[in-house]
Amino acid sequence: MSSGSESEIADDASVAAESHHELSFLRKYVFSMDHKVIGIQFYLTAAVMGLLGAALAGLIRIQLTWPTTPLPLLEKIFPVAYAGGFMSPEFYTSLVTMHGTIMIFFFVSLGLVSGFGNYLIPLMVGARDMAFPVLNMLSYWTIVPAILVAASSFFVEGGAAASGWTAYPPLSAVPSASPGSGTGQTLWLIAVALFIVSFTMGGLNYVTTIFNLRAKGMKLMRMPLTIWSLLIASIIGLLAFPPLTAAAVLLLLDRHMGTSFYLPEGLYIAGELLPNGGGSPLLWQHLFWFLGHPEVYVLILPALGITFDVLVTFARRPAFGYRITVWCLVAIAGLSMVVWGHHMFASGMNPLVGEFFSIGTLLITIPSTVIGVNMIASLWGGKLRLTSAALFAIGTICFFGVGGFGGLFLGNAAADIQLHDTAFVVGHFHFMIGGVTFLALLSGSYYWFPKMFGRMLNETLGKLHFWLTVVPFYGIFGTMHFYGMAGAPRRYYNLTQYGFLDSVNTWMPLVTTLFAVAMMVGQAFFLVNLAKTLMAKKNAPDNPWGATTLEWVASSPPPHGNWGPDAPVVHRGPYEYGNPDSEEDCVHQTVPAEQVPAHS
Amino acid sequence: MTESSKPPKFVGAALAVTVWALGIGIVVLGAQKYLPPVASAHGVGIDAMLEYLLVATGGLVIIGHLVLGYFVWRTSRSSAVSPTVPGARAQKVWSVGPAVAMTLIAEGGVLVLGIPVFNQLYLQEPPADAVVIEIMAEQFTWNVRYPGPDGEFGRTDPTLISTENGIGLDMEDPAASDDIRELALFTVPVDRAVRIKLRSKDVLHSFYLPNHRIKQDAVPGMTIDVWFTPTREGEFELACAELCGFGHYQMRGFMSVVSSEAYEAWLTERGH
Repeated sequence: MSSGSESEIADDASVAAESHHELSFLRKYVFSMDHKVIGIQFYLTAAVMGLLGAALAGLIRIQLTWPTTPLPLLEKIFPVAYAGGFMSPEFYTSLVTMHGTIMIFFFVSLGLVSGFGNYLIPLMVGARDMAFPVLNMLSYWTIVPAILVAASSFFVEGGAAASGWTAYPPLSAVPSASPGSGTGQTLWLIAVALFIVSFTMGGLNYVTTIFNLRAKGMKLMRMPLTIWSLLIASIIGLLAFPPLTAAAVLLLLDRHMGTSFYLPEGLYIAGELLPNGGGSPLLWQHLFWFLGHPEVYVLILPALGITFDVLVTFARRPAFGYRITVWCLVAIAGLSMVVWGHHMFASGMNPLVGEFFSIGTLLITIPSTVIGVNMIASLWGGKLRLTSAALFAIGTICFFGVGGFGGLFLGNAAADIQLHDTAFVVGHFHFMIGGVTFLALLSGSYYWFPKMFGRMLNETLGKLHFWLTVVPFYGIFGTMHFYGMAGAPRRYYNLTQYGFLDSVNTWMPLVTTLFAVAMMVGQAFFLVNLAKTLMAKKNAPDNPWGATTLEWVASSPPPHGNWGPDAPVVHRGPYEYGNPDSEEDCVHQTVPAEQVPAHS
Repeated sequence: MTESSKPPKFVGAALAVTVWALGIGIVVLGAQKYLPPVASAHGVGIDAMLEYLLVATGGLVIIGHLVLGYFVWRTSRSSAVSPTVPGARAQKVWSVGPAVAMTLIAEGGVLVLGIPVFNQLYLQEPPADAVVIEIMAEQFTWNVRYPGPDGEFGRTDPTLISTENGIGLDMEDPAASDDIRELALFTVPVDRAVRIKLRSKDVLHSFYLPNHRIKQDAVPGMTIDVWFTPTREGEFELACAELCGFGHYQMRGFMSVVSSEAYEAWLTERGH
């Protein structure tokens, strides 16, 4: 090793790199400690869970659009849930609950943070692997049982959990309160607790790796925004998630050991007076949203970071306001920890506390808008090449705009009185925690696929995928905003009996479903693209997009240990596009200052 | 990275037009009159808040989409990258400007229009002549109770709950015998404050009157006061807005708003 400053861990990793051919298939691809394999494991697991979550959404759409039409075909597939040809209301509430749980915890979190986080952090900071490879492997192998537990809950008596992804007690605490509140709810709590354990192991790894294993010269302010956003997201995740593990344990104790953390005196459920007393259902809501709200930003921030990295590469311009963006990400993260109560304006919480949360929540719009402006401004003066990755990145900005400004309605305590728990909320969070993250996940997929799999995805299929994702998405979730304005409550099995919705029931559910069909067709193009590309020969160059960051120095895909004998040394910031001292249109982070003077 | 053939330019123009159409479309369609007709005094203030937000954020959404679409169109057909890099000053200006604008639009909106309505609803005492009604939510209906001529609710005790006595009313309490009880249906006079004492017997529910801009969770173990003044006569729907089990969607109820004479007549008929 030429450089004496390489850390011991890096040396160990390079020794491992030389001996990796001795690993068995099981150690290499299944119980792997290589961050790249683990990243791909998370990524593919997320893809499978995304399909499952989408299938549940499809059943929800069918129910809401044709609530009174018998469906004998579905009865054949699900004889219990569709007994008599109609979906049972119990099954519907389970679907709503499991769709949210799967999409948030096992699709977006896994794909965006665990998948890209594991794959990209060591490569983009110039490390050979994560700081704790064993912990990293455990992180994946904790998610597998979490998913199995969650999925198995559909097959237990009473069905899967049915108290919403928010699992508010007493509904979630008292098994007799609802069919899904039986074994299904217990399994749900175990699955979520395991998810948090896995996420905590991952987060510790990301933070430690970013702080301790950066390549020589990779100062904090030279890190790509993807890494900054993953770092900040991991820190708030580490601070905000463990309280829900504790809350879940308390709820399990209430359910099985006769405690009353969330249960007040005098509950009369299913014809029986319960012996509990002294607890409060609101305690759970505080603990849940103390996780739940930062969780939104744990997912949104990496999406924004990825969008910046993709945009600058295809616009050939430095990120506009890089330092300001970093500080805005920090500000959003800080504020996200103290605004959880905006989910509880109507909960019976002290109204003065509600006002505090309302004013605090709206503060978040300030750094968020600055980030949005910086994203758009990063295009200015550039020469934009609209690859599939770039298209999805631009779609991400649009969703961030609609979702972010829509959030002003809900963070405003007075407006929220009308909109709380309506379809407006469903439309809003699908644009944000659903859409911004989903599009960034796709943008990142097209962008980093060559690095991850050594193959280029087909651009024609990619563009079809883009148009059939973004346009239908506006149709689906825009219409849900309008449905909520009309007053439609969320989580309703059937809304046709409500007269105040008569004028919109005639068209809104159907329009939403038609757009959903279009979007599903769009995703089919992606699946075909994935399958075709993975079966094709490896054809990706090391740096197909002419990008400047470190991961493109490694070969596609990178070997075990990432860098061969010499780890990269960083001489400049991440986005030196248009450096006037360079003959080329960009300068790679590893180019020494003697060759081209560094801008940063 | 140098090719500038036709297809990318076409994609750029198509994307720009799509971004414009989506941004304008979602705002124009969203600004249609979807809200159920307002029927309460404070509801007018909530609608003003919503209209302000529609105009303010709708404007921002449209501006954002127009600018983004324009940038996409311009930069996708540009043949060279601009030789200058934005300076530190431009970056600061374009951060401070939007920050100030959002402070005014977001915080200004909630402080000027939002908080006063919220205060009126939650912090102001209801007028002394308010009609007081207790509503105890349960899976999956609403138990309604008026205090009767004595103006006092009889004591309730969960240990007394039975199929005949759904709320556990203690008939040995002298205040209990004249309580008027209804199920999922209640009558109130127009233009007089209505004060609901909201309770729950089992799980969380939410008392939601779409036309009256009222939504308040019912929490077991708590009695939550909510008050409003109906301004229009008619039959209005009541719905549950907090997931309470498989029958959540069935918790439909009615509030009948009548003239004060009709209300007095109804009370007399019910033994007042």
